[in-house]
Amino acid sequence: MSIKKISENQPKSFEFSEENYKEAEKEIKKYPQNRKASAVLSLLYLVQKQNNNWIPLVAISYVAKLLNVPYIQVYEVATFYSMLNLSPVGKYFIQVCTTTPCMIRGSKKIVSACEKLISKDQNQLSENKLCSWTEVECLGACVNGPVMQINQDYYEDLDESKSIKIIKDLLEDKFPTPGSAKERKNAAPEKGKTTLIGIKNA
Amino acid sequence: MPKITVNNKEIDFENGMTVLQACELAGAEIPRFCYHERLSIAGNCRMCLVELEKSNKPIASCAMPATEGMKIKTNTPFVEKARRGVMEFLLANHPLDCPVCDQGGECDLQDQSLFYGLDNSRYTENKRQVKEKYMGPLIKTQMTRCIHCTRCIRFATEVAGIPELGAIGRGEDMEITTYLEKSMESELSANVIDLCPVGALTSKPYAFEARPWDLKKTETIDVMDAVGSNIRVDTYGWEVKRILPRINEDINEEWISDKTRYACDGLLKQRLDTPYTRENGRLQKTSWDLALKLLINKLKSFKPYEIAGMVGDLADLEMIYSFKNFFEKSLGSTNLECREDRTYINPTERMNYIFNSKINGIEEADTILLIGANPRLEATILNARIRKAYIKNKIKIYSVGDPGDLTYPYKKLGSNTSIIKDIVNGAHEISEKIKKSKKPLVIIGNSALSSKSGQYIFETIKNFLFNNNFIRKDWNGLNVLNQHASRVGAIDLGVYSINDNNNFSFFEKMDNDEFKFIYLLGVDNINFDKKDKFIVYQGSHGDKGAEIADIILPGAAYTEKNGLFVNLEGKIQKAYKASYPPGDAREDWVIFKDLANKMGKPIGYNNVKILRDSINNHINQKITNNINKINNIDFVDENILIKPVDYYYTNSIARSSHVMNECRQISKKFLFTGIEKAS
Repeated sequence: MSIKKISENQPKSFEFSEENYKEAEKEIKKYPQNRKASAVLSLLYLVQKQNNNWIPLVAISYVAKLLNVPYIQVYEVATFYSMLNLSPVGKYFIQVCTTTPCMIRGSKKIVSACEKLISKDQNQLSENKLCSWTEVECLGACVNGPVMQINQDYYEDLDESKSIKIIKDLLEDKFPTPGSAKERKNAAPEKGKTTLIGIKNA
Repeated sequence: MPKITVNNKEIDFENGMTVLQACELAGAEIPRFCYHERLSIAGNCRMCLVELEKSNKPIASCAMPATEGMKIKTNTPFVEKARRGVMEFLLANHPLDCPVCDQGGECDLQDQSLFYGLDNSRYTENKRQVKEKYMGPLIKTQMTRCIHCTRCIRFATEVAGIPELGAIGRGEDMEITTYLEKSMESELSANVIDLCPVGALTSKPYAFEARPWDLKKTETIDVMDAVGSNIRVDTYGWEVKRILPRINEDINEEWISDKTRYACDGLLKQRLDTPYTRENGRLQKTSWDLALKLLINKLKSFKPYEIAGMVGDLADLEMIYSFKNFFEKSLGSTNLECREDRTYINPTERMNYIFNSKINGIEEADTILLIGANPRLEATILNARIRKAYIKNKIKIYSVGDPGDLTYPYKKLGSNTSIIKDIVNGAHEISEKIKKSKKPLVIIGNSALSSKSGQYIFETIKNFLFNNNFIRKDWNGLNVLNQHASRVGAIDLGVYSINDNNNFSFFEKMDNDEFKFIYLLGVDNINFDKKDKFIVYQGSHGDKGAEIADIILPGAAYTEKNGLFVNLEGKIQKAYKASYPPGDAREDWVIFKDLANKMGKPIGYNNVKILRDSINNHINQKITNNINKINNIDFVDENILIKPVDYYYTNSIARSSHVMNECRQISKKFLFTGIEKAS
């Protein structure tokens, strides 16, 4: 991980769509009037949803004005969470987990596959502008490592060849089925149950 | 009182103290980086770890409230090991560049690693590199050295009231910056340099100028505004290298304004180092003998009532008093004035022109009413106190006149003088609120006093406060916000011309060209028509006053003489000589002494001690408890306009300063405050 780069191509203006504005107001109302700054994360996420999965600088000042907090406070939040992107990402945004359990299970190979197939550096679009990738810290699916997240979905139990296949599919604008590559259910043993066999609902 | 045991020593502590404070009470030294008495508690540096009995982990003492019966140890091997561990992590990413770092010699990290750290490093990996950030013309950044204590962020948000600093990124990638690297828009911004425990934020104008152990340190008083901040002047030979704050809880706590800190390079430029006389329209260098001879001849050719004298904004008491004595005893003239800005004064008693509630008293106030005052630019440190009072007590602040952003919220009541009439008559909603409060504080600014309605505003407000018992022994809510370091002292010493029906008789005479000879003592802020008047300028800098002068006598600046200054509260403070006047320039009171002696009419004292005694007597006479009231002042209908203050350009030293000029250019370019109103 490194500090997020801010895109050089910034749009001139940003405003919530009517629908999202209502949603934002709903979020703000969840907090007391003098604590409305707490809604900052939900608003930034809304911005990201509306704006092709990334947050431009004008949106940061827009959210700050909406919540009546200094710009820097919104900027701090936006740079803190890896969930929030400050530069454009591909239609398929790949997040590769490189925290210890996944690293032990070979996530470095997935990273090098991404480097080879998508772009040399993180947070850069592939040549056909469909994909981008980044390294992230723990995605919380350690038992199924190595893991990568593509947009909202998890791809688990990967190895080099399987991840290459997934990336190649994505580059051809095909969306592979999410879930375990070993086709096991959640974190269940690969070849069916090995313990507690006699017990129902175990 | 609850008791706590520190290193087997039982002591009493006050409720609400942290373990760190209790340990300090017990005399145990605790190393720390992020903790600072005047800022909120962050607890993120972990340097203050101590051992608490029955806790198997060390605790961060700065963030742990002390409770009855706690048993703390600060000198066990357990604590030492914990500190060494923390220090090793802090140094893991801190560059070993002390030899080229400006903080070297006064660096908390350097000192504490010597006492609490390991003697060598086990870290062989690459260190973190962080790009330097732009924070304006005063703050030099070297962010690789930052240890993320967040003191600067807390200072900007809490004390300065300019939430422009923040920490972006997370974990190892955390960086301190302003939003998109804008310059910090605060008059207190440079205090973050003192707060920074390492060399991440250092002084840009002072960069690579000197090492702290090479400098001679002199503790003295600031003159950039009337607050009289306590400062330390560091000099190398003749040159004033830098100015730092000194702690004085009653005045500036431990902050000083950027102007106080950085106008010092103006002390090296535009200096008058030899007497000048004007010959054929051009100023020519001359000697003291010739200049004084010419001056005496000229003085003899005018009648006493044609001679006038003015005192400028940076004068100390010695020079004002000898000036006055020289005029009265040697010249027989009483045409003296100190009010360049033509503010109304009522000098019958001392409380009429000082800040009676005291700067310290602001924290006790429960309502504040500003009238025609912009404390942020007129008395920056005092404004920080008002902000502190606002944060601490959530007091209500009202303003007549619109001073703009003051770093705390306040309610604008409008700007017409009729509002004051309403408040006094009880017709305004604020009136009742003031009457109900226990310690209201009214601050009358120069913009109000120098307007036509100055007399009306001052006298009616005074009567109002007196009638409602807000001028009493334990609380005096009447405050005048003076802007100039010399003003209160000059009024104390009687340097004004007031007659029964005119507060500005001096200016009336001047406007009618009744004066033929004007002696300007460091006066640079006045515009008048010179015509055929003969003008003598005595001062330290070649500024507006020297431009129009026929004779220039070089004097000493505030760091170059021992002198007394009276601050806006009426507190007399002694300034000490840190450097010496350049060239042939001399201390001002000595010039008057020589001048008087040469004229054969001596002013009556030859050494500073007698001079000071006589000044003290003079001022002591002024301190009385009588209250004279003037009733029935005619109402003047007027809009109080708050005069814009060119903050970085208010006096001749600041105008000569390159750094102040740079700050001024930047502050003019954009007025960015971080918070804009939601549209």
